[in-house]
Amino acid sequence: MQIDNDEYKYGFSSDIETETIAHGLSEDIVRLISEKKGEPEFMLEFRLKAYRHWLTLKQPTWAHLDIPEIDFQGISYYAAPVNKPKLESMDEVDPEIRKTFDKLGIPLDEQKALSNVAVDAVLDSTSVKTTFRKTLAEKGVIFCSISEAIKEHPDLVKRYLGSVVSYADNFYAALNSAVFSDGSFVYIPKGVRCPMELSTYFRINAVKTGQFERTLIIADDDSYVSYLEGCTAPQRDENQLHAAIVEIVVNTNAEVKYSTVQNWYPGDKEGKGGIYNFVTKRALCAGDNSKISWTQVETGSAITWKYPSCILKGNNSVGEFYSVAVTNNYQQADTGTKMIHLGADTRSTIISKGISAGKSQNSYRGLVKMAPGAHRARNYSVCDSLLLGDKCGAHTFPYSDIQNPTAQFEHEATTSKISEDQLFYCMQRGISEEDAIGLIVNGYAKDVLSKLPMEFAVEAQRLLQVSLEGSVG
Amino acid sequence: MLDIKNLHATVDGKEILRGINLQIKPGEVHAIMGPNGSGKSTLSSVLAGNPAYTVTEGEVTFNGKNLLEMSPADRANEGLFLSFQYPVEIPGVSMSNFLKTALNAKRKYQGLEPLSAGEFLKLMKEKKSIVEIDSKLTNRSVNEGFSGGEKKKNEIFQMAMLEPTLRILDETDSGLDIDALRIVASGVTKLKSENNATIVITHYQRLLDYIVPDYIHILYHGRIVMTGTKELALELEEKGYDWIKEQFPD
Repeated sequence: MQIDNDEYKYGFSSDIETETIAHGLSEDIVRLISEKKGEPEFMLEFRLKAYRHWLTLKQPTWAHLDIPEIDFQGISYYAAPVNKPKLESMDEVDPEIRKTFDKLGIPLDEQKALSNVAVDAVLDSTSVKTTFRKTLAEKGVIFCSISEAIKEHPDLVKRYLGSVVSYADNFYAALNSAVFSDGSFVYIPKGVRCPMELSTYFRINAVKTGQFERTLIIADDDSYVSYLEGCTAPQRDENQLHAAIVEIVVNTNAEVKYSTVQNWYPGDKEGKGGIYNFVTKRALCAGDNSKISWTQVETGSAITWKYPSCILKGNNSVGEFYSVAVTNNYQQADTGTKMIHLGADTRSTIISKGISAGKSQNSYRGLVKMAPGAHRARNYSVCDSLLLGDKCGAHTFPYSDIQNPTAQFEHEATTSKISEDQLFYCMQRGISEEDAIGLIVNGYAKDVLSKLPMEFAVEAQRLLQVSLEGSVG
Repeated sequence: MLDIKNLHATVDGKEILRGINLQIKPGEVHAIMGPNGSGKSTLSSVLAGNPAYTVTEGEVTFNGKNLLEMSPADRANEGLFLSFQYPVEIPGVSMSNFLKTALNAKRKYQGLEPLSAGEFLKLMKEKKSIVEIDSKLTNRSVNEGFSGGEKKKNEIFQMAMLEPTLRILDETDSGLDIDALRIVASGVTKLKSENNATIVITHYQRLLDYIVPDYIHILYHGRIVMTGTKELALELEEKGYDWIKEQFPD
């Protein structure tokens, strides 16, 4: 039987004139980044505090990951296309950049774009184009790059930046806080239901650079927004570092849906190259009856270290985490969530579906914490692992810390293999082995995939199948 | 259509088929009967290409092609269909999605364009009536939570959709009450044509009241030890399998 790994479809690199600063990290570099971005004083202070704190930290080693030593002085912390953005019309976008995003299926031209999705396109360290800004502005929705937000909405940024993920939170969060170069900023005003899906598309292009983006989403009282995040990178032999922070603040009666399809370059079949994806994502349900829902489909990256979390502070607030994490070949993933119940009658749901193939290692790590004030709080967790072949590993590390006697915590975990009987049944109906695996895996992940917005669900299904190609034979 | 010559096969190193010879022409119905452990289900698994079984000797030609060299999916797309004795459950995969994937795989194999959603739905509706299948069944996951009868009806429904030329029914009557048996059998009969052939594997005579065979073969210890017409089944029903065992001691 002929089974070949599909080429990583997004592995191309583009010839875009790029300004990259010298490798290495120091106070001077932090100052240089801030200066290049023309930031106000408070941002420089924020960055320097973070940098000084970072110096006191060590890379965390508690995850079930084998992380090669990273030379933090060997990375350039800033890379931006020379033809800078700040654009009113498409004509001003560098044609190479346009071509790059067209190739990725993300048209920056509003006429060609999906009519109900606004996109912020981030290339290496810089946001190059945000579509549909005018339409959104009519509703009072702010959707722009974080660099612009720092300049144009400094009060909002000052108030919320670092309020959910402090610069002192962890090693990578401190690093990001010191050097982050761009990302997206969203503000949904009181009582507004965002009229379209908002989306950020992250693309690493430059060589030997890290990508440190920062996303800040604020949903004010009684508002709603659905936000999508996608990412790809060229196929390169060396590993590249991606250390992002996503912070979300959800106020009273507001709801945020955050969906990710993570498809960074995973490295080749022998485990060479690929992105190190070390990300801190956290949402604060600050107000009563607020709701945050994380949905992630993780298929890319050589190493993933990521725990999108929910702090359920408002009474009656709701946190959800739906995850499909696929690892193949030599990929490693240690991912999961934290549900921190602070308020009364808070509820959380965790559905995690791990799929391991090849020689990969796939871990679920999750914490459910019920603080003393979390009266009648409830959590329901399901962690399933699916194994393809016998050289991969699946691990589950559930932690719980229940400090309120009226709180309920329910955890279920299963590990299964795709059965030969299921495969044979499909093949007897004329379905090829590869398609049969795709079908069975998509069925297994259905509970999570069904939470994704339509446009993403189709792409995610295809991705699941492609990333498992060559895993059985 | 199907030509089996001196077929030997093993599972886990144990020889189950020990020299099967059988020829089947279009339009024919062949019943294969025999006591438990005689190799009936092994024969169907080997023909369908189940990787758990190893062919050690012999040849099988299907429509002039070497069947044993084909992948299980190719065999299916060439027109071989196995109605499983124990259909498996595939959680999360809807029956309609499963069938659409299967049908379009076959069309691709034949160099045809995939069916449009509308054409597919129309075809499903048409075929559902043949097996009197509950229309809600196609929205459920493949065989998940189906009763024994529903599973077997679902196999015949798939057969109706895929229109195979060689239909192998492996103990389709097992676990069916008399009403379900009638529905399943009449589905098989309705779908019978001059262009397709049927192998009915069964332990009991009763299914053959509904699906009337042209030939009956008795399998014992991995070989066909007797071939006859419908009357042979009645004789067997009367005398029991001990009659065979006495005639062909180990």
